[in-house]
Amino acid sequence: MAEVGDRGQRRGTWQPWALLSPGVLWLALFFLVPMLTLVRVSLSEQANRFTQEFEFSWRFSNYTDAVSDYAGIFGRSFLYAGLATVLCILIGYPLAYVIAFRGGRYRNLLLGLVVVPFFTSYLIRTIAWRTLLADEGPVVGVLEALHLTSFLDTLGLMENGRLLATWVAVVGGLTYNFLPFMILPIYVALEKIDVRLVDAAKDLYSSAPRAFVKVTLPLSLPGVFAGTLLTFIPASGDFVNAQYLGGPRQTMIGNIVQNLFLVQNRYTSAAAISFILMIIITIAVLVYARFLGTDELAA
Amino acid sequence: MTLTESPPAATREPTAREAVVDTRGVPPWLGRLGSAFLNVYAAAGFVYLFAPIVVIVVFSFNQPKGKFNLVWQRFTLDNWANPFAQQELTDAFIRSLKVAAVAVIVATILGAFMSLALARYRFRGGGFVNTLIVLPLTAPEIVLGASLLSLFVNRGQPRGFWTVTISHILFCVSFVALTVKARIRGFDWTLEDAAADLGAGPWRTFRKVTFPLILPGIFAAALLSFSLSIDDYIITSFTAGQYVTFPLQIAGAFQREISPQINVLASMILLSTVTLLVMSTVLPNRRHRT
Repeated sequence: MAEVGDRGQRRGTWQPWALLSPGVLWLALFFLVPMLTLVRVSLSEQANRFTQEFEFSWRFSNYTDAVSDYAGIFGRSFLYAGLATVLCILIGYPLAYVIAFRGGRYRNLLLGLVVVPFFTSYLIRTIAWRTLLADEGPVVGVLEALHLTSFLDTLGLMENGRLLATWVAVVGGLTYNFLPFMILPIYVALEKIDVRLVDAAKDLYSSAPRAFVKVTLPLSLPGVFAGTLLTFIPASGDFVNAQYLGGPRQTMIGNIVQNLFLVQNRYTSAAAISFILMIIITIAVLVYARFLGTDELAA
Repeated sequence: MTLTESPPAATREPTAREAVVDTRGVPPWLGRLGSAFLNVYAAAGFVYLFAPIVVIVVFSFNQPKGKFNLVWQRFTLDNWANPFAQQELTDAFIRSLKVAAVAVIVATILGAFMSLALARYRFRGGGFVNTLIVLPLTAPEIVLGASLLSLFVNRGQPRGFWTVTISHILFCVSFVALTVKARIRGFDWTLEDAAADLGAGPWRTFRKVTFPLILPGIFAAALLSFSLSIDDYIITSFTAGQYVTFPLQIAGAFQREISPQINVLASMILLSTVTLLVMSTVLPNRRHRT
């Protein structure tokens, strides 16, 4: 549906490429080439941890070792990312709906308010959640005042009356940090819906909920689709939330990659793990796209 | 739109009786209750969005006991009076500003050219370029960081200002190209023909017609990519080496101290981006739509 509206588009031969070439060159040099280097390093042999010299040797054992060592952590990362994505839909969809259909003349203001929190540093935001979720912090305080802590303990949502360093804190942090990536595309999809379609459904004796399920929801699915990708992909590779809000038992694959690359200097295994992450995400996206099939990602 | 084939409510002919039951299935009071619930839910959503922001701003007025500004003690204006009291933090902040300035200028030029080419022309290979632009934004940041680190290590390239800036230009180019493209989608290029008919040469047409019309979009994209750059932690942690930017400084000092100046600087960034953003959307309110 991309460029249909552009009147008077020109047919170009060399002109577009003249405009594109610097940018394309940059992306090729610093995106494609590094990706190939990553693959190459992931199949190389590193003599020891103190050199940064790699010998390319089709060493697939980097991959098999990575899978056998970190399968559980891969699973946890995708589980957390999946949970965060679902929560983002549950929180973000109604929010986008209210802004799109009930915002009236405050629509742009409300949309701005969704984005504003994310102009503060990602890291500082996450550290602020530490303050909120700390043992003496407001959230635990309220739960204690309501005598809910032992109940939440039995549900597995708290650990010994703590929220910090639990999976709930990590998933909550991921949900928070990627929420605007869910809200904005859903909003864009909802905003494009012709309200008269919903009215037509109601004229045809459809109840409001039914009109929503049959008209609004299907038309907004491309937004949900784009939002899911924009949430799930960064969430599954994240290490900041697990590092600041989780404990040792919440380690995600991002923490492993970061640690192997930057602390342990084990480049070859780290490269293999990153590439596996990339492959799994690509497959997940393709499978998901087959089910919901749209190309609205860039919209 | 791809999903228009399923016409609403026409999949099955509802009988008149059913239809009546359907409308009345939801009594008005329940409808109102549901509607009120939705509003409350959305309000709660905004509380969630702003909770940590409130913490950040409130704690910039805190006078912490010891080195960790994590527990509320008492109100003070000292931190705002001395926002640059922490030398290391200030240095890191300035490094981040430098990186962001260079990255945004380069990325805005490259990205705006790309979006102009993609929006203005129809040509072979456009799809490929689109994919190339989207990929860096959809790949997990950690993979981008890891791949750039592999490249730099492989080349024996020491890490510092330029490696950080290169990586920031990378994601900013994609971001600028995509957002500017989205903004100038639907642009009426026949306006250029009109200018040409009136005797303007190509350069003059661009300067007097095209450029002013796409400028607000470019400005907004530049502003947003500035905040992306100044905030980036994941990719930078891979490409920085010893070049400590603002987020890296906060992360590095986290075990030793969390000074209230962090909150002051963060609030300043927030305040200035919001101000600029409001100005950029309110001031040039000569919205053009075709």
